Amino acid sequence: MAQSYVLSHLRALEAESIHILRETAAQFCNPVLLYSIGKDSSVLVHLARKAFYPGKLPFPLLHIDTTYEYPEMIEFRDRFTKEIGAELRVYTNLEAINAGANPYDLGTAKCCHLLRTRALVEGLREGNYDAAIGGGRRDEEKSRAKERVFSFRDKAGRWEPRNQRPELWNFYNGAVNPGESIRVFPLSNWTENDIWRYIELENIAVVPLYFAKPREVIVRGQTLIPLQSNVKILDGEQPEIINCRMRTLGCTPCSGAIRSEAGTSRSIIEELVSFRRSERENRVIDHDQEGSMELKKREGYF
Amino acid sequence: MSAATQPKTVTLAHFTASGAELPLLRMSTAGSVDDGKSSLIGRLLFDTKTVLEDHLDDVKKSKVNRATRGIDLSLLTDGLRAEREQGITIDVAYRYFSTAHRKFIVADTPGHEQYTRNMATGASTSDLAVILIDARKGFLAQSRRHAFISWLLGVRTLVFAINKMDLVGFSRQIFEQIREQSNTLLSLLDGVHVHFVPVSALDGDNVVIKSERMPWYDGPPLLDILETARPSIDVAALPLRFPVQTVIRPDPDFRGFAGQLASGHLRLGDEVTALPGGQKSRVARIVTFDGDLEEAFAPMSVTLVLEDERDIARGDMLVATSKVACQAQTVEATVVWMSEEPLVAGRSYLIQQGPRVVSARVSRILHRWDLERLETRVASSLSLNEIGVLEIEAAEPLLFDPYRENRATGGFIVVHRISNLTLGAGLIERESENISECGPLSPEERLCLRGHSGAWVDLSKVQECADALERALLNVHLHVVRTEQPELRRLGLIVLTFGLHEGTPDVVVDGNDLRGAIEAIRAKTTLDTLHAFGEGEGI
Repeated sequence: MAQSYVLSHLRALEAESIHILRETAAQFCNPVLLYSIGKDSSVLVHLARKAFYPGKLPFPLLHIDTTYEYPEMIEFRDRFTKEIGAELRVYTNLEAINAGANPYDLGTAKCCHLLRTRALVEGLREGNYDAAIGGGRRDEEKSRAKERVFSFRDKAGRWEPRNQRPELWNFYNGAVNPGESIRVFPLSNWTENDIWRYIELENIAVVPLYFAKPREVIVRGQTLIPLQSNVKILDGEQPEIINCRMRTLGCTPCSGAIRSEAGTSRSIIEELVSFRRSERENRVIDHDQEGSMELKKREGYF
Repeated sequence: MSAATQPKTVTLAHFTASGAELPLLRMSTAGSVDDGKSSLIGRLLFDTKTVLEDHLDDVKKSKVNRATRGIDLSLLTDGLRAEREQGITIDVAYRYFSTAHRKFIVADTPGHEQYTRNMATGASTSDLAVILIDARKGFLAQSRRHAFISWLLGVRTLVFAINKMDLVGFSRQIFEQIREQSNTLLSLLDGVHVHFVPVSALDGDNVVIKSERMPWYDGPPLLDILETARPSIDVAALPLRFPVQTVIRPDPDFRGFAGQLASGHLRLGDEVTALPGGQKSRVARIVTFDGDLEEAFAPMSVTLVLEDERDIARGDMLVATSKVACQAQTVEATVVWMSEEPLVAGRSYLIQQGPRVVSARVSRILHRWDLERLETRVASSLSLNEIGVLEIEAAEPLLFDPYRENRATGGFIVVHRISNLTLGAGLIERESENISECGPLSPEERLCLRGHSGAWVDLSKVQECADALERALLNVHLHVVRTEQPELRRLGLIVLTFGLHEGTPDVVVDGNDLRGAIEAIRAKTTLDTLHAFGEGEGI
């Protein structure tokens, strides 16, 4: 009898994430789920629906819209949030956009700082949120490996890696004073492989850009950049049609596609097993400088 | 439509592991500066092909390389800029790797700075600890400390990796010496399983593949030990503990208690007791998004609907009526102090046990552990990274099991009232035995300690069922005696009489319906006074 009382790996991760989401809803006055439209966000929202069933989501979804994201993402966002009856809020750093911020003139690092990091900090401040739930995972990047599940941010939204609250067992200390906040990472212990297996197991809808099909792209260095409205073609570049898919979603100039034949979550999992490259590799911004993710996180990036 | 009508159902198999799947192994690693811990983890990640090419490229490109030959695998794990520059690991980092047989979560804890705080954090969720020892230095005080803290936090499988065997000529004698040096310590730590493995993390000997350079070692390589280790405690087999996280009330017809089973299992119809207070009810539904279940086990996250309306809120705990958790306001606990601001006797803090937060005062420090000598010392305060045994008085009842019996309900964190910082971690040993200071035992207190009130049960008509009845009552922890003195019921005893006496019995057993008789006795002896008694004076 006791033999059968073992949870499968994915169900154990699921139970842990549900526990974290319930702690968040119970401990904070005004939590929000940061919804980036990506696959991790899809999984996060799915887990949140499970956590509060048969009740509704007890917090709104917040999307930081840089205005440079793929149109398919926005279409998916609007359809998906309507289908599940979630409250969607959108924030854009209009001040920066109106002042002419764009990746081509400012470079990706500065653009990302203004349209993502600053926008996030401002968006959270404007909504007066005391907790922001994100889909970050510890396996994504080295400085994330030291991130807590409940990660404290000071009044300026900054992360101080040398002075984090110790986190023991599954007891999460979410106590904050006014103006301070907690970033919550319910997917901390999931790997990319777990995410795809769970998407397959639970039949979770994700943006079609994740699945391979022939797309018109520009080959720039190691990266394939899908031809979208606001991608600038540089001198000497020729659009080509290549079978490819996105491993992570972001802004059009910064997130590239990879060559792939994987058109379903099952074939993506098979492809992952043979993969030897990490998923953030095609994010131009993470490699701006050594340790750049840590620098962004200290400033408030998710 | 109300959620209560026509719930869909799902079987337990929807959640359980299939045949060969081994449960996830959570492990921690500890070692001192230069023991080669980062290299060992880098080696495990590299040799299990978990390291991705672009991460490896980043390491090759890095400005720092401490390896004398080849790539510096330790750079795979030192994530923060300060760590890369100083060549040390500052904070607990979590790593993930998997083999064909199993998935692993590694809490990688630094050995030097803030060692106790970080080690305790890593060990709190681990089933197994890998402790690195430099073969050239032997079993040092810090190795003892690492083993002791892991054991204190409940880790019951310790793997000593004797590293840098290449620098001592792969000497069997040195390996055996280190094994012997550890004997005194290991005799203090009851219940541990211990392994010793001679390795060279730098070259990979006995990490993933058995080394040909140490033919005298007949044990398995490190990875084999990790792949086959079993969690020392089966949490699903412990008594039911269900801390309520939140109450879900989407409409007037549905009221569910959401939480994660900390331990044990439950089935529809099981009787549960809500603590504090002691109200009882039965499980009417086990609700999940995927469908209603007939049973659930730890660590599943579910939502429970009870048969009766009960006043239960976040921070309460539903427990098995047949084995309730301890409920006490004064407890003895071992505390690991993690703050620069020392713990001082007399000061007041917040204590958080999962969803339950109570105000508490440190009434006295019984002693402090000397971690170098593993002896106890008198103390009036605890500094950063010190461990002591304290008596704590809480303003409301703490709900717990002794930490050694149940890691999920025996721990707590200490939180600062103003800064909200997590200052320390506590492991409850027991309810404080301050017997001499308590004064006379009141009738209420006696009833409360017994957990039930008394009753006179008249068996004069069916004496033959006495054995079965007594056994059944003892099984559910009721205090039962056979005597012809029915007045003893006033002391909270369940008195079974066979003769004729004056007065009115509480229960007369007159048929062979044993179950009916037990129900009648329990109904007569349930305590309604528990709740009032539990409300102590504020601190």
